[in-house]
Amino acid sequence: MVKTHLRLLPSVLTLSHLSVAYGPIHAVNDISLEIPRGAIVTLIGGNGAGKTTTLQSISGLVRPAAGVIRFDGTDITRLAPHQIVALGLCHVPEGRLVFANLSVAENLALGAYLQRDPALVEQTRDHIFTLFPRLKERLKQTAGTLSGGEQQMLAIGRALMGRPRFLMLDEPSLGIAPRLVTTIFERIVEINRDQGITILLVEQNAHLALEISSHAYVLETGRISISGPSADLRADPRLKAAYLGG
Amino acid sequence: MPVPRQHVALLATLALAGAVTAFGGSLNAYHLDVAMNVGIAIILAVSLNLVNGHTGQFSLGHAGFMAVGAYLSSAFTLRLVPASASAFEQHLLFFAALLTGALAAAVAGFLIGLPSLRLKGDYLALITLGFAEIIRVVFQNTPALGGAIGLNGMAPLTTIAWTFGWVAVTVFTVSCLINSTYGRGFLAVRDDEIAASASGINPTRYKVVAFTLGAFVAGIAGGLFAHHQLAIDPRGFDFFRSVEIVVMVILGGRGNTLGVILAAVLLTLLPEFLRPVAEYRMVLYAALLIGLMLLRPQGVFNLRLGRSATGKI
Repeated sequence: MVKTHLRLLPSVLTLSHLSVAYGPIHAVNDISLEIPRGAIVTLIGGNGAGKTTTLQSISGLVRPAAGVIRFDGTDITRLAPHQIVALGLCHVPEGRLVFANLSVAENLALGAYLQRDPALVEQTRDHIFTLFPRLKERLKQTAGTLSGGEQQMLAIGRALMGRPRFLMLDEPSLGIAPRLVTTIFERIVEINRDQGITILLVEQNAHLALEISSHAYVLETGRISISGPSADLRADPRLKAAYLGG
Repeated sequence: MPVPRQHVALLATLALAGAVTAFGGSLNAYHLDVAMNVGIAIILAVSLNLVNGHTGQFSLGHAGFMAVGAYLSSAFTLRLVPASASAFEQHLLFFAALLTGALAAAVAGFLIGLPSLRLKGDYLALITLGFAEIIRVVFQNTPALGGAIGLNGMAPLTTIAWTFGWVAVTVFTVSCLINSTYGRGFLAVRDDEIAASASGINPTRYKVVAFTLGAFVAGIAGGLFAHHQLAIDPRGFDFFRSVEIVVMVILGGRGNTLGVILAAVLLTLLPEFLRPVAEYRMVLYAALLIGLMLLRPQGVFNLRLGRSATGKI
């Protein structure tokens, strides 16, 4: 399954024949992806399709059984998570895993854990406040007491503090008030457009994901079943039936 | 700009250490004894809090590290401090003995920290408990260290100044560490390992550092304990000693340094007030723990609202 439409673009992240197994169960089975630099690419699919596992294997949180992951030409398949973050590839995990007992400010500071230039950290933080003014208002508040949408903003903000070149978002719309979902997706587009950060977005909300992305992959039980430009997929009858509600 | 919390902590501890030292001369032997026990308990509780509270790694092996410190520093002073040494030389060598014991304890902590990379919660608690028991049994079966009888005849080198000096150093170091950029990594590992990894933090390293540092400080406390009690035996470092320290941390509120200090003071003084029913001390501890878990799961002295780390032990 060669994706000719992507072959022509320089890709920043490539997965070749990636398989991940939890014991005898194959969560991800021989998938290959290419993410062009500067794009928003989405990975959609139902529960248990292997979306989160794919992201976790890219960021080093789970070890693939087979396959190679290359980021900007570097083989990152066997690197530890913190080494991968240091390369500029940041992962916003599913379920907005903020540090619930720490304040918003401390959460953001931890995002800049690997940053050494205080002036740059300050600048990044100010930029995040323009994206999510709510975070500035809640700076001293304990992250666990924020609303779902605010926690998601914080999780994204924390990832941005690491000044990534590549951002992976795992279900940013999960369990969030619809109004905030719109805001968050608008910000994702801004982050991509204004800062040139490549984004790999995992979503169950296929409508939204196809709207803001340029390319899409559909995962079904660990395999890629459909892929192509998002505009084409929006019209694809198979996808319409399965994910877009007819 | 408010005064950083860790500086307040240091000043408060130093003031307390100074006050205790100044009044130390006017205290009777019994009060002096209790004061030193309080100090040693604070050092133990604050160091365990780094592992159990801040980093969220449930360890039941603190008495093992204390034992290493106690035995090695005692062996050091018994063998290497000549009777003819002046008071100054004795205390200088005592300092070296404390560091030796603490370094050995740190090595033990490092070794115990390694399994903590793979184990969580109750499994980790069991492993650390087992490790501490191994340490105790090794001492019990080493004739050179007195075997089951233990070591005795140490010089009473633990003074009130030494004790509260170390209290100040411990509290200051831990508070500074936790409030630093590096130290927030401990809290991040406790709150969520996946999110910590995703932020570029290496949880493995933090767990090992917490165990090693916690054990080092427990080793110091062990040395102070040995040169205060003047006789140590393996039974003094059994499971119940570990549990005592864990109770202080839980009672104070895991991750809350001030609360843990207060709990250490309370739990050291309590048995003194309960002398007539001393045999029921462990029963009381148990009752206290049960009551605490029912009434204040976030820790007795934890005044901060919000979700604390107590939900997951």
